[in-house]
Amino acid sequence: MTDTIKQSADPAARAMIDKMKAASMGTAFDRHDEQGKRCPFGDQGTCCRICDMGPCRITGTKRGICGADAATVAARHLIRQVAAGASAHSDHGHDIVKTLKQVAKNEVQGYSIKSPERLIALAKEWGVATENREINAIALEVATLGLAEFNNQEGEIRYPALRAPAATVQNWRAHNLIPVGVEHEIVETLHRTHEGVDADYVNLLMHGLRTSMGDGWAGAMLATDFSDILFGTPQPVRSQVNLGVLKRDEVNIVVHGHEPTLSEMVVMASRDPELIALAKSKGAKGIMVGGICCTANEVLMRQGAPVVGNFLHQELAVATGAVEVMLVDVQCVMPALVEHAARFHTKLITTSKKAHIRGAIHIQFDETHALDIAKDIVRQAIENYPNRRAVDIPENKTDLVAGFTVQNTFTHLGGRYRASFRPLNDAIISGRLRGVAAVIGCNTVKKRQDESHQAMVRELIANDVLVVMTGCAATACAKVGLLQPEAAKQWAGKGLQEICETVGIPPVLHFGSCVDNSRILVALCEMSREGGLGDKLSDLPIAGAAPEAMCEKAIAIGFYCVASGAYVNYSPAMRVLGSKEVTKWLTEDVEKITGGKFNFEDDPVKAAHLMMAHMDKKRAALKLRPLMYSKSFLSETEAASVNDAVAPAPAPGGDHAAGIRRGCGGKAIAVDSVPAGTNCADCGATKEHV
Amino acid sequence: MSKIIASAAIRGARKIYGQAEEFYAKACKEKGAQTAAAFPDTAYYLPMAHALLGLNIETVGQMRPVLDHARELLGPEPSGALWFPYLGTALDAGIATLLCEEIIMVLRYLYAQEPQKECNGFFSDTILRTLGIQLVDGRMPGFAAILGAAPDSDTAVKIVREFQKRSIMVFVGSSTNGVSIIDQLMEKKVQMGWDSYIVPYGRDTVSAIYPLSWAIRGALTFGGLKAGQARKCLEYCKNRVFAFGVTLGEVDDEKYATGAGAINMGFPIIADTNIPEIKPTGICTYEHVVHELDHDSLVPRCIEVRGVKVSVSQLDIPVSYSAAFEGERVRREDTQVEFGSKYSTAFEFVHMKEMDQVEDGRIELIGPDIDTVNVGAALPLGIVVEIAGRAMHSDFEPLIERKIHDFLNYAMGVFHMSQRDIIWVRISKDAFASGLRLKHFGTMIHAQIHNLYSKIVDKVQVKIITDQAKVEAGLQEARKSYAQRDERILGMTDESVDVFYSCALCQSFAPNHICVISPERLGLCGAVSWLDGKVGYEIDPTGGNRPVKKTHVIDAEKGQWQEVNEFVYQSSNRTIEKVSLYSLMEDPMTSCGCFECILALIPEANGFMIVNREFNGMTPCGMKFSTLAGSVGGGNQTPGFLGVGRLYVLSKKFIAADGGLKRLLWMPKELKEFYRDRFGVRAKEVGVPNLLDLIADETVATSGEELVAHLQKVGHPALEMTALL
Repeated sequence: MTDTIKQSADPAARAMIDKMKAASMGTAFDRHDEQGKRCPFGDQGTCCRICDMGPCRITGTKRGICGADAATVAARHLIRQVAAGASAHSDHGHDIVKTLKQVAKNEVQGYSIKSPERLIALAKEWGVATENREINAIALEVATLGLAEFNNQEGEIRYPALRAPAATVQNWRAHNLIPVGVEHEIVETLHRTHEGVDADYVNLLMHGLRTSMGDGWAGAMLATDFSDILFGTPQPVRSQVNLGVLKRDEVNIVVHGHEPTLSEMVVMASRDPELIALAKSKGAKGIMVGGICCTANEVLMRQGAPVVGNFLHQELAVATGAVEVMLVDVQCVMPALVEHAARFHTKLITTSKKAHIRGAIHIQFDETHALDIAKDIVRQAIENYPNRRAVDIPENKTDLVAGFTVQNTFTHLGGRYRASFRPLNDAIISGRLRGVAAVIGCNTVKKRQDESHQAMVRELIANDVLVVMTGCAATACAKVGLLQPEAAKQWAGKGLQEICETVGIPPVLHFGSCVDNSRILVALCEMSREGGLGDKLSDLPIAGAAPEAMCEKAIAIGFYCVASGAYVNYSPAMRVLGSKEVTKWLTEDVEKITGGKFNFEDDPVKAAHLMMAHMDKKRAALKLRPLMYSKSFLSETEAASVNDAVAPAPAPGGDHAAGIRRGCGGKAIAVDSVPAGTNCADCGATKEHV
Repeated sequence: MSKIIASAAIRGARKIYGQAEEFYAKACKEKGAQTAAAFPDTAYYLPMAHALLGLNIETVGQMRPVLDHARELLGPEPSGALWFPYLGTALDAGIATLLCEEIIMVLRYLYAQEPQKECNGFFSDTILRTLGIQLVDGRMPGFAAILGAAPDSDTAVKIVREFQKRSIMVFVGSSTNGVSIIDQLMEKKVQMGWDSYIVPYGRDTVSAIYPLSWAIRGALTFGGLKAGQARKCLEYCKNRVFAFGVTLGEVDDEKYATGAGAINMGFPIIADTNIPEIKPTGICTYEHVVHELDHDSLVPRCIEVRGVKVSVSQLDIPVSYSAAFEGERVRREDTQVEFGSKYSTAFEFVHMKEMDQVEDGRIELIGPDIDTVNVGAALPLGIVVEIAGRAMHSDFEPLIERKIHDFLNYAMGVFHMSQRDIIWVRISKDAFASGLRLKHFGTMIHAQIHNLYSKIVDKVQVKIITDQAKVEAGLQEARKSYAQRDERILGMTDESVDVFYSCALCQSFAPNHICVISPERLGLCGAVSWLDGKVGYEIDPTGGNRPVKKTHVIDAEKGQWQEVNEFVYQSSNRTIEKVSLYSLMEDPMTSCGCFECILALIPEANGFMIVNREFNGMTPCGMKFSTLAGSVGGGNQTPGFLGVGRLYVLSKKFIAADGGLKRLLWMPKELKEFYRDRFGVRAKEVGVPNLLDLIADETVATSGEELVAHLQKVGHPALEMTALL
């Protein structure tokens, strides 16, 4: 038996794990121990299960039966994982886009277009006519185009060229990295990795990048944009996190999984006066809808619903005995929930045709009766309230502020009249901020729950890095108060503190669910567009990390971030270490292609230092000013090796800070101009100009 | 910290909004919604509502939508804990404040409550036109709006005088604890009015809308912006109107609210009390809100925070100062004292320092002055110029240092030669007698650096050292820098660099013209060298100078590169497909119109003539400069004709593909004098040491026939060269 202190950094989790152990209820933490040491071939990516002649185990220069070497095997399996991850996000996105189409055709119940502004903005971006058109007609056309993104067979997906900087798009095109459509690249991945097809690890990995682009720059991005259109663009919200949000005296419904479609309806149903009255008639004071995993983040961002916990909390929540219904849809749902539910009064309800669990109650979700179904589920939860037995809810809960998006960042930084990313860019250019880091991803039993997220983020913000987070990573940091605006004063470096104080933001910004990592991509595009930070995404002083990664979605995200030019620290390492070539390609060679690369440092603080060294390298290449308050993480040799021919030394404040007057004016720059008084005020030429 | 400001600004905005609503209701009731309401002498209606919302308000009733919009802009005050982002909310509250203040003021006019006693009231369009242009074109460096009251009247006067000294227009008004700076100045009998650059607007904060509504009209009048282009109008004010607010005494909610409005326009607030600061930049060019408790430092701090560029128009030196004295030499017998060359140790050195290490205008003499030595004596000299600037970079040091030569030579009776540690400086007996002393070197350098490099330099201090030991010590320091710079600049030839720089500064005149500037071919205006292009790019990477790679050579002799051609094609709006840097016969570069000189083909003499802009006589090609300019400029490629900078003639790359310097047949005498010695060096290199004498000028030829006759007579080498056509 492992000591719980080593299993989770969260005291609430530890209390529940101990309690469950005492009741002989095994959790993922225990099953992790039971699994013991993992098979080294599987763990290192050199077990090939693709054809039926195997499985083959590859060591050193030994080859599989077909002759595939370690690099081929590791690369094939890795890009299959990329394809699986991309599929998960894209299928999610597909369902959201389809819902909008149904809304446009009035085929659904309970949904409406909550953010027509976002729809119109997207329509304009896509070249869809908006003047004098019914909103539903616009929605129908946009949704139809959106759906086509998934199964397009030629050309390229539309977001990259519309949103990314021209130089980045040019580089993608030069390396043929823009997918024709989301699904085609996934199909091609499965084909390439079939027995006897692609054996060149570089060719395989390049296709992995291409496939992942269909996730970040299509599937996930569509999911975010269309969710914002349907359910409203998030605005800052206050809420709370951890098991303590479960209410002793209310009906608790925990929504778990990833999609907002049903959970939004459940939140709506939980506010129905009739159902609240019913709950009261059963002795409850009200109805609490809280979330786990990314469903939590979806309803947190838009409804302020509390977060019960992250991935490893799902079993623990049931064990409080206070959950009337755990409602799940897709992804990250442990089948183990069934046996825990059975020990309590909790009803585990599956709702997706894609995700059944034997032993759970299945209520098929259907958009055409969405609200009825949601009400039915809420009613079942209320009816179940009197069946509660022993209830033991840990006290732990923490306040947080969430609800940040690219759209509202503009107005947070400049108000409605001067909406802009300029203050952010200025902060980076002037050296107040080192850069921006995205810390995202899951929980894994291979590392102490939440610890890596919290340690890495604390180290980053202490050194003047603004952190944006999504998914279970955000939940981990929320638990210790890092998402509170007050956290800036407590943990942030002086430069970041000044920015947080000026704008009124926390040092760590919650950007939403894991499909909302696409918000981070768009934010980077806006930083680049604002100017002064290079002309490619890979020029930006930014870095990403998934310090407690556990699923294929995380691999896909890592891939599209690297494809987009980001430095990504991924831990625990992907299953590729059995091939030196694949490892080297991912951690070194790919940088020459996309400007981004992976690193597999497990220690979160060391990883933070490496991320910051990368930002410092980019700062040096951009000739940005030295940091105002923080030290550089670049060694002297690294600093010297940064190619100083890359670019400019912009002044904060853009054009005018440097006092540049545009137009005909040799005099406008620090020129060796002709003596004052003899030159034309406008063009610097002597006497008249033609 | 700035949460306090945001809260106060939002509270203040709500209060002012409430007053506006109340006044509006009263006016509707008492005067009627149809009643006309307007400021005197303006074509911009209610200027703020006109510029930001595109509304032409002429009656009381038409103000309703403005008030509705203002209400909509008012967000909640940030909460005590777990607050939401407040910067945007505070800025929006600022806009609401401006709109509401304007309504209050125009309604006061309706009730004849304005202008206040001894105050100017609304700033009319007439004033806008006469003074505004000076403000946006930089003649007037900026304007200060002062709100409140100084601790005492003397301080009030001192502050205002400091602004006046710098030609900064001051608007005074509002009050603190019932005292207004207006009355403080009146008490001290300070003359106020447009002529004295001190204008009282009103004794309450709401009336501070006057200077702001004046500024926003500048965007419409001088910026050519249309009503309703809100963001552009606000950014125009930020970029072109160097205004800022100064609060004296306690800053109350209304002042914060008005300040938030000003910040939207890019105008920062400087307070003399210990209020929270907002230092990060972005909405304003530099800091948004700062405090400076020391009244002596208040004005310099304002200038720094707003980035007001002070120019020194009057040089306080006892001798005449002009470019006309540049070539003046001081003979040995006229010399009072000299420095450098073989007579003493001397050097000059410009280097940058941190902002807080430089005190602008500080001029120090370290060692004896020239009145302590005998006539004709030599003194050691170190001229150390220390510069700080937000946009300053050490790469700019040599550029500025190089200009010391001009800065000193412009003074009558001062002779300066060479640079760095080989300078030779003489001061004439006359200049000495007029009172010129070494400190005046500092005065000249300080003023000229500000005038020429105001874009990158904020502060300049000068040390003039004549103490032998200290000169030696300074020299060691300087030599380290010289060596480092040499490494950077050595061997600047076209072949030695990876990139050339483009210059598109003239595209507003010739949209298809683009200059490509190489180390050996400067811009045709003569004002932009390759280094300047580089510096220009570094100062503003999105500006007119961009690097152009030259990796793929198409033709080394003509000077064609694939990347250059691609760049030119894109930048010329896809009209010019290729250019040769070293030829005027094949794909020559285009010309905008700013060229210093024109090269023109003389077919019958197998070569070219060159004429400078200043020469207005007839030339051998049958056209005067002005006629030639018409056919060369405008961004077209005209083989056989080319606009160039004067110094290009002395480059080894001068029309190298067409035969180079030996093809030069004719130039005005004035130009010959300009080149004289330097031309000799190049002429020797091309093997015709007396080339300049062989070249004709207007005294021997003003027609083709005369020219050919002269060339044949003197045996000009071009006649023997391969035929150009």
